[in-house]
Amino acid sequence: MNLTLKIWRQQNHADKGGFRTYSITGISEDMSFLEMLDVLNEELTEKGEDPVHFDHDCREGICGTCSLFINGRPHGPKQTTTCQLHMRSFSDGDTITIEPWRAKSFPVLKDLMVDRGAFDRIIQAGGYVSVNTGGVPDANEIPIPKVIADEAFDAATCIACGACVAACKNASAMLFVSAKISQLALLPQGQVERRERAEKMIAQMDAEGFGACSNTGACSAECPKGIKQSNIARMNREYYAASVVTENV
Amino acid sequence: MSWVTKTLDSTLGRKLLMALTGLFLILFLVVHLAGNLQLLAGDGGDAFNVYAEGMAVNPLIRAVSILNFSFIALHVIYAILLSRHNKKARPVAYAVTNPSANSTWASRNMGILGTVIFIFILVHLRGFWYRLKFGTPEKVMIDGVEYKNAYIIVEEAFKNPIYSGFYVLSMIFLAFHLYHGFASAFQTVGLRHKKYTPLIQKVGIGFAILVPALFALIPIVMYIQSL
Ligand code: HEM
Ligand code: FES
Repeated sequence: MNLTLKIWRQQNHADKGGFRTYSITGISEDMSFLEMLDVLNEELTEKGEDPVHFDHDCREGICGTCSLFINGRPHGPKQTTTCQLHMRSFSDGDTITIEPWRAKSFPVLKDLMVDRGAFDRIIQAGGYVSVNTGGVPDANEIPIPKVIADEAFDAATCIACGACVAACKNASAMLFVSAKISQLALLPQGQVERRERAEKMIAQMDAEGFGACSNTGACSAECPKGIKQSNIARMNREYYAASVVTENV
Repeated sequence: MSWVTKTLDSTLGRKLLMALTGLFLILFLVVHLAGNLQLLAGDGGDAFNVYAEGMAVNPLIRAVSILNFSFIALHVIYAILLSRHNKKARPVAYAVTNPSANSTWASRNMGILGTVIFIFILVHLRGFWYRLKFGTPEKVMIDGVEYKNAYIIVEEAFKNPIYSGFYVLSMIFLAFHLYHGFASAFQTVGLRHKKYTPLIQKVGIGFAILVPALFALIPIVMYIQSL
């Protein structure tokens, strides 16, 4: 395949940045999107140019590190991660526009790499369960109904890639935060900190400057893990209940 | 800030206010429609005039009407606050977007739809409510009692095809606002359930079509009657 790539290049956060156009030839349709970029980067390196910076790690669709806004959609035309997107989803001669995630809370570090530290800070604010050290409890000691366990597990499949923020017209992080709140709120182990968790994580989410939810559903539609809108409704309930019952005046 | 204002000033709290005021306005639409359909009773406006006068003097209705005005104001104020906040969350726009791949047009354009509805409400209040309350409307005798002739104001207004056309057009905007807004408000207040959400979504679409259509029917019929 021969392709034209319009790629966002930006030296650092302070730089204004802009698009550069590259032609690339001889791409196999069995390559992943990131492998296609690897080919481009090798060519750029050989020419002595600065390679295009982009995030990646596992390349197995499980870590959530890869990103990229491809032709107007996060992770491109398929509901998967960019590392699992294959060039057969494109046609010979296509022009592909590649941009970084765009959000005030995800500042561009360089080219297509953004700083998703805001997500880490939201987790640090309350997305955990405190467990006292001691003997390892027996497996299955705490009974959990299968449907609840499944629901919690579905929420826990969120890989925090940030596609929800990238897809949302408001750059809202509600789908991410709601998945992280849900996975703990549904399980017995999460009950101790349940109320405070909702308050703290949402306060941090707002402090980071993410937008509000307009219920467009774009986040779920683009989420590589198919995290559901029902999590957002649950987060709303958790938050309203928390603000009524906790003793934080 | 107290915990109440802190909660209501969060992104979730602001959206909750949007949803609650929106749901109240949805209820109001039903009541308003039921009253207005009397314009089509074919009795020269008697039923409508008696109803309009009843609305104006009943203290309970007056209290609800004040609530209604404040909820419209709240809904609009929070629409502006949220829209501004949401815009700030993405200072650099994408060069290429493909939003129709993941969401409906109505859901992304509630602000535009709402703005047209707001202009409509202003025109509507100026044309009917203001004239009836602060103008000098004609009087009409019904069963020996004197009433303000609200009917004739409406009849006169809808003779104008531009005015009637504006009403019908505005109802299309309202329809799209409700097409997304009805079910969205339930989601916002946290009412989502495998059993009931599909029903809420269907009722929402039915409501979004039926209620604005019936509202639009009034100027259409009255314009045709005036020909
Ligand atoms: C009869 C009049 C109206 C009704 C019945 C109504 C109803 C609703 C409902 C039910 C929602 C959904 C709330 C949610 O998603 O939780 C909504 C959202 C919204 N309304 Fe209205 N509305 C009306 C008028 C207006 C006006 C006059 C404006 C503004 C200028 C407006 C602007 C908005 C905006 C911007 C949203 C979306 C907020 C967001 O999701 O970020 N609406 N409306
Ligand atoms: S690189 Fe790990 S999910 Fe794509």
